[in-house]
Amino acid sequence: MIEAVLVMFGIGAASSLVLSIASKVFYVYEDPRIAEVEDCLAGANCGGCGYAGCAAAAVAVVEGNAPVNVCIVSDAEGVARVAEVMGMNAGTAEPLLSQNECRGGNRAKNKYLYSGINSCKALSSLFGGKRECGKGCLGFGDCVRACTFDAIEIGKDGYPVVDDEKCVGCGACEKACPKDILSIKTMSQRLFDFNQTNNALAPCRQECPAQIDIPKYISQISTGDYKGAVDTIRLRNPLLLSCGRVCPHPCEDLCRRGIADDPVSINQLKRFVADYEMNSGIRFPISCAPSTGKKVAVVGGGPAGLSCAYFLRRVGYDVTIFEAMPQLGGIIRYGIPEYRLPKKVLDWEIEGILNLGITFYTNTRLGRDFTMDSLVAAGYEAIFLGIGAWEDYNLGIEGEDLTGCYKGIDFLSKIAMGKSVQIPKKAAVVGGGNSAIDCVRTLLRLGVPDVYIVYRRTRKEMPANEVEIVASEHEGVKFVFLAAPEAVIGDEDGNVTHLEYKKMELGEPDDSGRRRPVPIEGSETRLEVDMLITAIGQRPDVSFKKDGRRLDDLEITRWNTIGNDPETLQTTVPYIFTGGDSATGASLVVDAISGGRRAARSIDQYLSGENVASAPEALLKDEYIKDSIFKTVCGIQKKPRVEMPELPVKARIKTMDEVDLVINEKDALNEADRCLSCCISCYNKDKV
Amino acid sequence: MGDYIVLIISCIFVNNILLAQFLGNCPFFGTSKKMETAVGMAMAVVFVLVMAGMITWMTEAYILKPYNLGYLRTISFILVIASLVQFVEMFLRKSIPGLYAGLGIFLPLITTNCAVMGVCLINIKEEYSFMQALVASFAYAVGFGVALILFAGVREKILLARVPKPLQDTSIALVTAGILSLTFFAFKGMV
Repeated sequence: MIEAVLVMFGIGAASSLVLSIASKVFYVYEDPRIAEVEDCLAGANCGGCGYAGCAAAAVAVVEGNAPVNVCIVSDAEGVARVAEVMGMNAGTAEPLLSQNECRGGNRAKNKYLYSGINSCKALSSLFGGKRECGKGCLGFGDCVRACTFDAIEIGKDGYPVVDDEKCVGCGACEKACPKDILSIKTMSQRLFDFNQTNNALAPCRQECPAQIDIPKYISQISTGDYKGAVDTIRLRNPLLLSCGRVCPHPCEDLCRRGIADDPVSINQLKRFVADYEMNSGIRFPISCAPSTGKKVAVVGGGPAGLSCAYFLRRVGYDVTIFEAMPQLGGIIRYGIPEYRLPKKVLDWEIEGILNLGITFYTNTRLGRDFTMDSLVAAGYEAIFLGIGAWEDYNLGIEGEDLTGCYKGIDFLSKIAMGKSVQIPKKAAVVGGGNSAIDCVRTLLRLGVPDVYIVYRRTRKEMPANEVEIVASEHEGVKFVFLAAPEAVIGDEDGNVTHLEYKKMELGEPDDSGRRRPVPIEGSETRLEVDMLITAIGQRPDVSFKKDGRRLDDLEITRWNTIGNDPETLQTTVPYIFTGGDSATGASLVVDAISGGRRAARSIDQYLSGENVASAPEALLKDEYIKDSIFKTVCGIQKKPRVEMPELPVKARIKTMDEVDLVINEKDALNEADRCLSCCISCYNKDKV
Repeated sequence: MGDYIVLIISCIFVNNILLAQFLGNCPFFGTSKKMETAVGMAMAVVFVLVMAGMITWMTEAYILKPYNLGYLRTISFILVIASLVQFVEMFLRKSIPGLYAGLGIFLPLITTNCAVMGVCLINIKEEYSFMQALVASFAYAVGFGVALILFAGVREKILLARVPKPLQDTSIALVTAGILSLTFFAFKGMV
């Protein structure tokens, strides 16, 4: 007996001695929260959570790889305790929400008559379901029965509709659905989803730089769900009022209806729902994830900066915008004239974004009022540069600095800020892009009797939007094509009197496919003008780079843009990201918005310690899914496209009032009905 | 040498610790959902069993046997194995973080589970020499790993199959384990 006690005591003492020494010698720092979280877990080591025991699950929770409700055994109280250790309320963790991917419902035809039990699971075991569509909803509501929170119902179209207010993201519906059409995703997963080559994407969706789910919002409009349509657009594009007005809608160029008929007027529909929200007087709520406590600085409050700030705020970052001009909006405030995008509309849109809880400073210029060092010192962990392209190119000819000579963006922003300009009698604008057209149409509205556009090539080669060119023709702009400015001639007081140009003829096509203009010798002509605006393109002003050692490594490309990785938008300085015109050179608003979102995704990855990388299989700009762009579509019955209502020419050229008007609800519903709903399995044959 | 080969085959296949002796079923079901976890667990078992086999053999030979304290075998083995594994875990974590990352989380899980304990007791019961005990422990652990990895493979396939609702998850796993066990009975009488 004594021996037994002594032996056990001896073994015990020896083990504890060895272990206590070892715990000193082999001490490794461990996040104390791991032990605390482990205490809150059930301790059964059952493996039900998918991790090897409670300790492993606790590590995963602390590292952020597992949600606080990882333990399948513990109850709500246990989850709350884990959440408390992790410093968050269980209710405010980035919410998982259920989402239904199918919008077909009952539309697909039946393959066979089914009279078994009313369960999706049973039905799907018979050749995957009775419908011709192999992917979509079976409609028996297994998800409805699985949901213990009463958050799903089968809607009138025969597919499940999730009530976001009630959904807690438990995932029961996802497990119950045999067709995988319900998926549980967090806000950031939804906002930062990229088009991928293995998705089924309609051509318009592939072309849209912002990757908006166009068929979805059109189908929501056609069912009268305007709020849903606005939410769908807002998942990709926060500036829907502006884009609805100024976007040149590349999506419509690829619309499949457009192959045999007129394309669907996608942008008009976007503008319709955007205006619907604004005119309703109530802002539709925009959901945001709870704050992560990390600070991001956005330099530049233009479309790219606003977009980046918006997406970062929605996934929980504290964002501050620094804007050099007196008001936010960037080029869409100062470069796009009032008659195309009224300031009132823009103000309303920007206010909605700022309401999410974004702070901003105006009249604050990088390099003058603050530097990269001061941002870093103020605790900003990542910086987005969306400084745009504000430096106009020069013609590089004699006499460009005479009184009466202006630069495109310079002129437009003067007008936008309400500064007065000497009204000339004859004005000429050099250039063929949208800025040039904006300048001439603005000049007409200022009361200039004779306005000329001087362009090197012909109308066919003009890069401006066709609708803009047509509108300016209607308004009486005179076009001087095939003319290359040679010199600006002034009088003795230094005022402009003439523009001298050489006539051109078109030669062989160049790299861009446009025929290169060749000068005709001895064809110098003088055009009498007393104002000359040069609008031949812009580039970013990168003079801020001089300041501070932090920018030494920042790459500036030979086009004077800020160099970045085209997929992640990360610059050569890891915590600086850039997008929009400052990275691409002057481009579309919707490109800048897309850049803002792309950068926000990378910043989110960067700040959560993940590898900054684009999505695998991501579909890049100017890339299309193989065989998805058709040459012909058969069986389409032509239905006229809705006309854009606009102010009559006589009324509009006197004022800065908005020219393009919004379509009415009846037209919008008709137009939405023209959409073929391409690339979903229940391709809408009824509407062809 | 021939004896050792017979011993190894008998421990891995004929007397497979999981499927013939039905020990260690908790980790068998708990960690066989994913192949990755199963492999980690199998490695950890090999590691722990070899260590435990050695230390318990020594405890038996140098402490319990001389003082005739056979009745303290179970409790002292638990104590010794647990302390050893804890020690090894701390050591690995500090000195070989790579190995710890691979096995570490599995180690405390299986310190004194029935498979480990069972093998140690079998070693004593069969009156193996130190070398035999070492080889047997290793072979039993390999048998454990083989069964676990096979089973994880089968379960991953089952995930893709349509299983009737009442049989889903653990139920179908138990049925599968039974069938797997029957196949291992084919080895009976081989040695």
